[in-house]
Amino acid sequence: MGLEQFKNRNVGTQNYVKLDLPHPPKNGWCAFKQVLSRSLKPELFVGLWVALREMINALFRGQMHTTQYPLEKLPISPRYRAIHEMLRLLESGHYRCIGCGLCEKICIANCITMDTRYDENQRKEVSEYTINFGRCIFCGYCAEVCPELAIVHGGRYETASEQRASFSLFEDMLTPIDKLNLQQEYQGFGAISPNADENIKKTPLAY
Amino acid sequence: MSEMEPAKNMISIKIDGVEYKAKEGEYILNAARANDIFIPAICYLTRCSPTLACRICLVEADGKQVYSCNARVKEGMEITINTPNILKERRAIMEVYDVNHPLQCGVCDQSGECELQNYTLELGVDSQSYAIPDTKRETKNWSSVLHYDAGLCIVCERCTTVCKDMIGDAAIKTTKRGGAALDKDYKATMPKDAYAMWNKLQKSIIAPSNGTDYTNCSDCGECIAVCPVGALVSRDFQYTTNAWDLKRIPATCAHCSSGCQIYYETKPTSIADRTEKIYRVTNEWNYISLCGAGRFGYDFENRVEGKDQEAFTKAVEAFKKAKVINFTSVITNEEALMLQSLKEKMGVKLINREARAFQRFLDFYSQASGNSLYTTDFKEVMATDFVMSVGTSLRNDNPNARYAFNNIQKMNKGAGLYFHPVGDNLVPTFGKNIEMFTHKVGQEELALLLIIDLFADHDKLPNSVKEQLDRDKLLEALGKDSEAFAKSFDKMMKKKESFSLMVGEDLYFHEKAENIAKLIAVLENSSSVKVAMIPPKTNSLGVALICDLDDEAEGYTIGYNALGDFRLSALGDGDLDMPSMNQQEGTLTNMHKRVTPTNAALEYHGYELNDIMAELISAPKYTIDWTPHLPVEKGFKSINFDDLPNEYKNDGTENRGYLLDTTTKEVGEIEVDKFDDSTVLDGEIAYRCNPQRQFNDFTNKAHQIFEEFGLYASKERAETLGKRVTVEFDNGSLELDVIVDERMDGDIVAVPDFKSAENIYELFGASRYQKVIIREV
Repeated sequence: MGLEQFKNRNVGTQNYVKLDLPHPPKNGWCAFKQVLSRSLKPELFVGLWVALREMINALFRGQMHTTQYPLEKLPISPRYRAIHEMLRLLESGHYRCIGCGLCEKICIANCITMDTRYDENQRKEVSEYTINFGRCIFCGYCAEVCPELAIVHGGRYETASEQRASFSLFEDMLTPIDKLNLQQEYQGFGAISPNADENIKKTPLAY
Repeated sequence: MSEMEPAKNMISIKIDGVEYKAKEGEYILNAARANDIFIPAICYLTRCSPTLACRICLVEADGKQVYSCNARVKEGMEITINTPNILKERRAIMEVYDVNHPLQCGVCDQSGECELQNYTLELGVDSQSYAIPDTKRETKNWSSVLHYDAGLCIVCERCTTVCKDMIGDAAIKTTKRGGAALDKDYKATMPKDAYAMWNKLQKSIIAPSNGTDYTNCSDCGECIAVCPVGALVSRDFQYTTNAWDLKRIPATCAHCSSGCQIYYETKPTSIADRTEKIYRVTNEWNYISLCGAGRFGYDFENRVEGKDQEAFTKAVEAFKKAKVINFTSVITNEEALMLQSLKEKMGVKLINREARAFQRFLDFYSQASGNSLYTTDFKEVMATDFVMSVGTSLRNDNPNARYAFNNIQKMNKGAGLYFHPVGDNLVPTFGKNIEMFTHKVGQEELALLLIIDLFADHDKLPNSVKEQLDRDKLLEALGKDSEAFAKSFDKMMKKKESFSLMVGEDLYFHEKAENIAKLIAVLENSSSVKVAMIPPKTNSLGVALICDLDDEAEGYTIGYNALGDFRLSALGDGDLDMPSMNQQEGTLTNMHKRVTPTNAALEYHGYELNDIMAELISAPKYTIDWTPHLPVEKGFKSINFDDLPNEYKNDGTENRGYLLDTTTKEVGEIEVDKFDDSTVLDGEIAYRCNPQRQFNDFTNKAHQIFEEFGLYASKERAETLGKRVTVEFDNGSLELDVIVDERMDGDIVAVPDFKSAENIYELFGASRYQKVIIREV
């Protein structure tokens, strides 16, 4: 299933098709004629055939339409706000989070906390990071405010667990380094708009 | 009563068409700020000289463009803050500041409390018109506490200005950056001031002024406080937290008697440990400057799990059989009042050596002068243009007194006389007009006699003083050539109008304290010299006023942060834990004769002195319920703790707590003893004096205060002493490492007293100087 239809956020321009339906009967005679013609047509068998055909397609031709949840999962809109993910830089594999603390500050459920420190490379390092998913209301502010697109909402919508804390540490949310090639760029709330380039004022650079 | 004084010489000015009152001779910027009017300014620091680095404070005064930080108000002056041309200049200046400024605001320690950010937004800079190749600028650690990120620096020079004009170290200066030259076209196209400012900015950067990579300074961290961007931060604080996460708790610094206003800034320790921790100390740097102990010595709290009932029961038993309570001056007024109540109701004796010495001295002074307390506070001292210091090692005893001494030289075109047996090579660098008197120990009276001779109206002097005034002889005894001194003194006295004298602990711990107190009273009676006293330790003044202290006592002793048979301790090493100063509410009496409130920054779960009081005698619910009961007859006021303010106003008025009331009564003529040589010491002498940034056990506990307990000596002296020595006193000896203090001069060595366990006061007895025998180990 493609995601194109979700990416188009301009409501009203989708491909709606107007159906060509006959007019309803105008008087008693017309209604009587409609009943008569429908009764004499073999549509009952057409319906039976359709059901039989779909059963054959599903059972013998591998065209089953039922999703076998939880073995199968439907893809979800990028605007859906599920369990957070921490992204990495594609080039270096280093995590994107710079420890600016904006997500911690903006969080209205007050569920994000981080510890930072001065590391050996003279950089600010996030030494601990946690989200209390027992309190998180999945409002998406953290993803929206993140200047590095480091914290985003992923597609993991199943938040039932014995301990929701088990989702919550930095390493749990971080893209595994061996799955870096599978990391998807975030398209949801807070992502760069498609026309971002047009909105930027160029500054002179002498070098 | 400076705060109640009617404002003198007020003139009226017009700012943007509205009439305001301003003090005559004040800078336009300060006059505007005092009237709550905003003029943008980056590089200007109140109490320091205008730097003219940022040029953003441009205003139009009577039709002419002037810099409001260095143009003074005149009667009827009409000031316009914004004209189209000025707005153009300001915008261009902010654009220039933004050129090549790293876009790392997300990790910067200023975390939004950034003046560069604020003014960029304030002036609506939404595009950049200028460009220049960047220069590589390295980050550096200047000292054990200072971290400088040159990339973030906008060279406003506030750090160098405060270091020179206020602190007096002048440990940093602007130096060459080696940046590219500006494009010549800019000169024609750019606004004039913006171009001039950029031209200077592009050439300079801040560096230690001694030419090395490390600053030789007192590590006060005031440069960190004044930095408008995140270029200067403390190494310990760097990248640990954002400013917005910190809770600010207004308090009073409890390390020395200057009682500076500070904010403890707290936040939970970590994700796992949610107990609050102090991350840093900040101050209102426009109105008060801190020292290194105040800024970095904050983590001295006493963490206890809960109420230790067993220890408490023992403590109550101990108090019931106690004959003596031994305590230090690191104590609130309220606790001092509790101890005094114990004395009144249970007859225990109270021992506090430093406060007792000060109390005696104050009594002698009151008897002689009729004033209930010394008459001047250090704010008034700072407004004078000729300052003298007797009997205090300015650099070590009280940083704010030292800042005042320095500030007078820099800001008031002042002059100074510094009398002290221990040579100091920092004080002479404060200004050109400073005479150092490195006299012999015990000649403090001669110093005062010389000051009386120089400044007093001789007709008003009692005969007992007059007959001792022989200037040549006095100068000779104090080690000066009289002709040379006369010459330099004439130069020093040019255009001087107001005079002040600060006196310190040497005089309180002095065999002839009474005579010295009389001399000070004589000086005040017969001259315009204002005299301010430096209480020896944190709340010595409060304790001296509240408690009826005893000289000697024997028997079962309770030590409160001091030695004793049963020890109450806020350091966590005693028999019963007590809250430390950052864990309790209360008031402190500082050297400015001000009773200032301090609040609890960190929680404390154990017992307080008030709980013991409740068991022994009656006590109200909270410690602060004692505040309105402080003795009114001693100058305290009956005001509830919660009604005490703790803030500075925009015009610099100190609105903290209240000033002690002082009274004056008539007294007869003062009879002064004749000076004799009996107290003069010669030979090997030790001086009881703490290193910079160490004042007591609490500063010693703080992890960012590195000064060790050892024998401090000048470089030359240390070489002759060796690495480790025993110092033999009459009544005991110490084994100490020798530590070089490069700013000391001469042969006298300093033995610190900040560790109460070492019982240094016992070794020195009634004087700060003792003859000792020093042997290498």
